[in-house]
Amino acid sequence: MAKMMYRDAVVSTIAEEMERDENVVCLGEDIVGGMGTPGGPEAIGGIWSTSTGLFGKFGADRVIDTPISESAIMGAAAGLALSGKRPIAELMFADFIGVSLDQIWNQLAKFRYMFGGKTKCPAVIRMAYGAGYNAAAQHSQAVHQILTGMPGLKVVMPSTPADVKGLLRTAIRDDDPVIFLEHKALYGMTGEVPDDKEYMIPFGHARLTRAGQDVTIVSTGLLLGFCEAVADKLAAEGIGCDVIDLRTTSPIDEEAILDSVEVTGRLIVVDEAPPRCSLASDICATVAEKAFAALKAPPLSVNPPHTPIPFARELESAYLPSTDKIEAAVRKVLSYR
Amino acid sequence: MQLSREALLRAYRQMKVIREFEERLHVDIQTGEIAGFTHLYCGQEAVAVGVCEHLSVEDKIVSTHRGHGHCLAKGCDVNGMMKEIWGSREGLCKGKGGSMHIADVDKGMLGANGIVGAGSPIGVGAGIACKIDGKGHVAITFSGDGACNQGTTFEAMNMAVVTKAATIFVFENNHYSEHTGFEYAVGTQKDIASRAEAFGMKVWRGDGTDFFSVFETMREVLEYVRVPGNGPAAVEFDTERFFGHFEGDPQRYRGPGELDRIREFRDCLKNFRKSVTDAGVLEHADLDALDTEVLAEIEESVRQAKAADRPTAEDVLTDVYISY
Repeated sequence: MAKMMYRDAVVSTIAEEMERDENVVCLGEDIVGGMGTPGGPEAIGGIWSTSTGLFGKFGADRVIDTPISESAIMGAAAGLALSGKRPIAELMFADFIGVSLDQIWNQLAKFRYMFGGKTKCPAVIRMAYGAGYNAAAQHSQAVHQILTGMPGLKVVMPSTPADVKGLLRTAIRDDDPVIFLEHKALYGMTGEVPDDKEYMIPFGHARLTRAGQDVTIVSTGLLLGFCEAVADKLAAEGIGCDVIDLRTTSPIDEEAILDSVEVTGRLIVVDEAPPRCSLASDICATVAEKAFAALKAPPLSVNPPHTPIPFARELESAYLPSTDKIEAAVRKVLSYR
Repeated sequence: MQLSREALLRAYRQMKVIREFEERLHVDIQTGEIAGFTHLYCGQEAVAVGVCEHLSVEDKIVSTHRGHGHCLAKGCDVNGMMKEIWGSREGLCKGKGGSMHIADVDKGMLGANGIVGAGSPIGVGAGIACKIDGKGHVAITFSGDGACNQGTTFEAMNMAVVTKAATIFVFENNHYSEHTGFEYAVGTQKDIASRAEAFGMKVWRGDGTDFFSVFETMREVLEYVRVPGNGPAAVEFDTERFFGHFEGDPQRYRGPGELDRIREFRDCLKNFRKSVTDAGVLEHADLDALDTEVLAEIEESVRQAKAADRPTAEDVLTDVYISY
């Protein structure tokens, strides 16, 4: 085990997989950075430093710096995937999906089905998402609710450096299109990461990060840490929380959620996307449909308000679900008998 | 006309298969037995065949919503195609794609496409793959004059130049994007090729109603793009669409006598027949024999499509993912 930052787990996993399989290629805006400038190639290495060094190691055929053309990037990934390559395309900010959505939604996600199962489409689309940088409404969104709702895509949301390693490797080796969502506020997070170059985490298997008898808390990404902090605080008061890190939202580990709720009888879903038609509302509905008899309180979701994301620090803090809001939600579901 | 007798017969046969496949669809669609939207390619056969006759199975093509001609020219199975359009589970895509989404990746046919302009970026990706592999293979994207106004086409042309993708943009200008005229919708009101030229690509132009013009033009284009390091190219073929945008389109936007005129003077099959018989390379009887053979082949494909298995409700859920 080595200590590693979340962002370094991204770049080292890509490098390991590119070494292992020559069909793995990367493309995106500024993933090399500095091309055609006096500073020269690798002056940047990706604005999130998630591709630093790849160009020097693998060259221009496999690390393709693109113009700002999100549709063309996603379309090229689709064409590469249909031609026997395993592209890893970077969408610099998740907010830019709107510009390229046709290629993700109508093309990549649907090829296998429309073509009668006679093709595979091994593309990974990485994107940085989430609030916490005061980057305001067009550079802060959590977009998993949109992408999770699209059949044909797998959606991954790692919350630790180790999970980046294990889930990204699985994504790169997966023969279906995978959306890999990296939280901007987690890039600097440090954690233990297995050294094993075959370390993989299967999709659709949630991780129980705290165990308790009283409340089930489901989350993933940045907010998972918030949930764990609340669980730790309440444990001191004798309140036990199951904290479930979903890891992937499509496929989703319904069984882990239902099993936990069968014991606790209380559910809170903490989700960074706006509330309407969200991951939280989806999970609450699933539990209401499938574990109604076990419930001792209504399932509760903790989302941001239904607004675009604000700029000012005070406003963004008020927007994001906080530990206080999560704690209040736990106490609320406990108030039912 | 430097083609061998065999090559000429083959090209004619390929064009005739597309023509009869679609003329038959045009009749069968009226009965209501075929579901959904169908966009016929009739009139443009010389482009699909003139391009694809140069390609091997390792070369890729990306097609449009008007894709039957490209699919057949690239080697997709006639019976599999007909069954697909009839919605059978024995169809090329198990009845899940239909007319607009036929693909056969094993044949290098990367898909027709229901979204106008969506193919160009996919063709660039396939062209980058060809460039990386360095074996002289290319990827070709067919687009119409409608698609040339989409931003994706512009992004793709620029990206192809920047990445030196081994890709060719083949623009089939049939003068109509859906029901809107080229003169109105294409701002240059001149051509499409000049746009590609503006992106720094070498461009060619040809008569899309003349197989020999397409074939010879593509010989030059391919010779250029197959050279490693040369990067992309574009070519515009002026052509004609015999049927409407979709089947059932009454074509009220056409000028008086327009369809009669193009059927008379701009029919690539008629033009081909005249060229080869005038030159004394083939006899009318040779071509008539092929006509009969093709008609029987199409008749058989319809018979098979009608008799083929229908999909069941269970089939809805298969092929979403490879693994889940």
